[in-house]
Amino acid sequence: MSEKRMFIKGNEAIAYGALAAGLRCYFGYPITPQNDIPEFLSKALPDAGGEFVQAESEVASANMLLGAAACGVRAMTTSSSPGISLMQEAISYMAGSELPGVIVNMNRGGPGLGDIGPSQGDYFQSTKGGGHGDYRLLVLSPSTCQEAYDLIIAAFDLAFKYRNPVLVLGDAILGQMKEPVTTWKPEPVSPAEGGDWRLDGASGRPKRLLKSLFLDEGELAGQNLRLDAKYKSMQAEVRFEAYQTEDAELVVVAHGSIGRIAKSAVRSLRAAGEKVGLFRPITLYPFPTQALAELAAQGKRFLTIEHNMGQMVEDVRLAVRFHADSGFHGLLPGNMPTPDEIEAPIRSALSR
Amino acid sequence: MKDELVFERPSVMTDRGMHYCPGCHHGVAHRLVAECLVEMGLVEKTIAVSAIGCSVFLYNYISVDTVEAPHGRAPAVATGVKRARPDAFVFTYQGDGDLASIGLAEIMHCANRGERLTVVFVNNTVYGMTGGQMAPTTLIGQKTTTCPGGRCQDREGGPMNMAEIIAGLGGTVYSTRVALDSVKHIVQAKKAIKKAFTIQEQDLGFGFVELLATCPTNWRMTPLQANERIAKEMIPVFPLGVFRDATGEGGGK
Repeated sequence: MSEKRMFIKGNEAIAYGALAAGLRCYFGYPITPQNDIPEFLSKALPDAGGEFVQAESEVASANMLLGAAACGVRAMTTSSSPGISLMQEAISYMAGSELPGVIVNMNRGGPGLGDIGPSQGDYFQSTKGGGHGDYRLLVLSPSTCQEAYDLIIAAFDLAFKYRNPVLVLGDAILGQMKEPVTTWKPEPVSPAEGGDWRLDGASGRPKRLLKSLFLDEGELAGQNLRLDAKYKSMQAEVRFEAYQTEDAELVVVAHGSIGRIAKSAVRSLRAAGEKVGLFRPITLYPFPTQALAELAAQGKRFLTIEHNMGQMVEDVRLAVRFHADSGFHGLLPGNMPTPDEIEAPIRSALSR
Repeated sequence: MKDELVFERPSVMTDRGMHYCPGCHHGVAHRLVAECLVEMGLVEKTIAVSAIGCSVFLYNYISVDTVEAPHGRAPAVATGVKRARPDAFVFTYQGDGDLASIGLAEIMHCANRGERLTVVFVNNTVYGMTGGQMAPTTLIGQKTTTCPGGRCQDREGGPMNMAEIIAGLGGTVYSTRVALDSVKHIVQAKKAIKKAFTIQEQDLGFGFVELLATCPTNWRMTPLQANERIAKEMIPVFPLGVFRDATGEGGGK
């Protein structure tokens, strides 16, 4: 494991992490605030022996991802909110055909064209489907450049482990900030990866078919049951950070960049003697429901802070519902909140 | 009397009754593709991209590795396949609604990039599986369920000549239009498919073969009438020929 310390942007951390994870094919279309990723990979990936294609649209790049994933190679596309909307058709097909690809969304403000500032307004789209049909994506939410590097590597492993698309949900704060990242090299990709289902020409074996069309009576039901069992098995991947939650009276729930800013606020309030902690989901699907329920059973109160008008709070409320409720404080998208701005609503929740 | 086998199913085709309507040319087109794959020794390195409409079930009849693409996106999916596996032989098989309407951007950019793959385009001037609606290739005056009075140039625009459009794009090495209405034309069609496949094998660039085909059911015709319609009505609008041949073998315009 050769480590190297670099001072890089979150977007670059994603590109470096993908290369370290064995990225072979990248397809993308320019959109702010994630352009550093395709710009970097347009040189670095061919230099590493891979393929870079600037597609004619997000629709095409997601379908190129589908094709490469069907061949069992490590492939990725990245975009930001309106572009991710255009990719939903292919993402649904990939889930239906059980194809492993990595999709990165550096979330910006919406709905519609919105703005190019940071937001967490795509939580519903990321975790509740986004495209048509009954399916789930594994969704990872990094909060630092280091975590972006680490989680993009995990994303490729998970995509192949479950034969499922994995979405990494960042935002404009994460993509555009710069911090020290310790890069590390994971185990090289096994030549056997995807070997029992990937398309590589039916030489010496029966043909393989990767599809999402199931017309015979009961056939789709069987497929959806199989998929559902797979989604349930993803519970094994639940990740979260619990910071000073043991003796906390109030637990702030926040993810991604806001989770990281909230941590600063919690640290400062702790220094002032307040019994407050932070719960930061890292997997948004599967959501760390059980861990939150356990905190709720201890009698703690909750305040969910998001960079939107209230989306993840619905999952938090479902998790804690038998014991407590979660308050909600929405931050307006398009702005970058400071820890001070987050302290105020926490103080107000503490005093209630 | 001694039995002598003079004609058999290409080894890559399955022994399965086709679901296509009587007189539909998909069966002929499938067979030509299958014959070329076998004769050129491509079967074991082929990855097919099956598209939508009646022909999505290509994989039920031709035994090669196959991935299914969303509506119109087969050229993008095939791009991903070919970039991931440059040594594979990759083709898409697409109808007119798929290729010339919803997937127009994907086919044009795929050709323009000169992707090393082959597109077999079946043009029967109508949406078949969805029940006979107007296609981008529907002829002026042709009645469909969504232009019941006949397609009108002023209202719906005219038919799009895809082989000519694709021929104009920089990455295209070969673009041709053939028909499946007669033995002579079928022989020409096979040669065209084989040539397009050869271009991919030689790593020269993008190959495009448009096949004029019937849809007797949605044309409300008998199979024989449908065959005659190709000669009488379609070929005058969609002339047969080679519209680009950058291999230096001639015939291009």
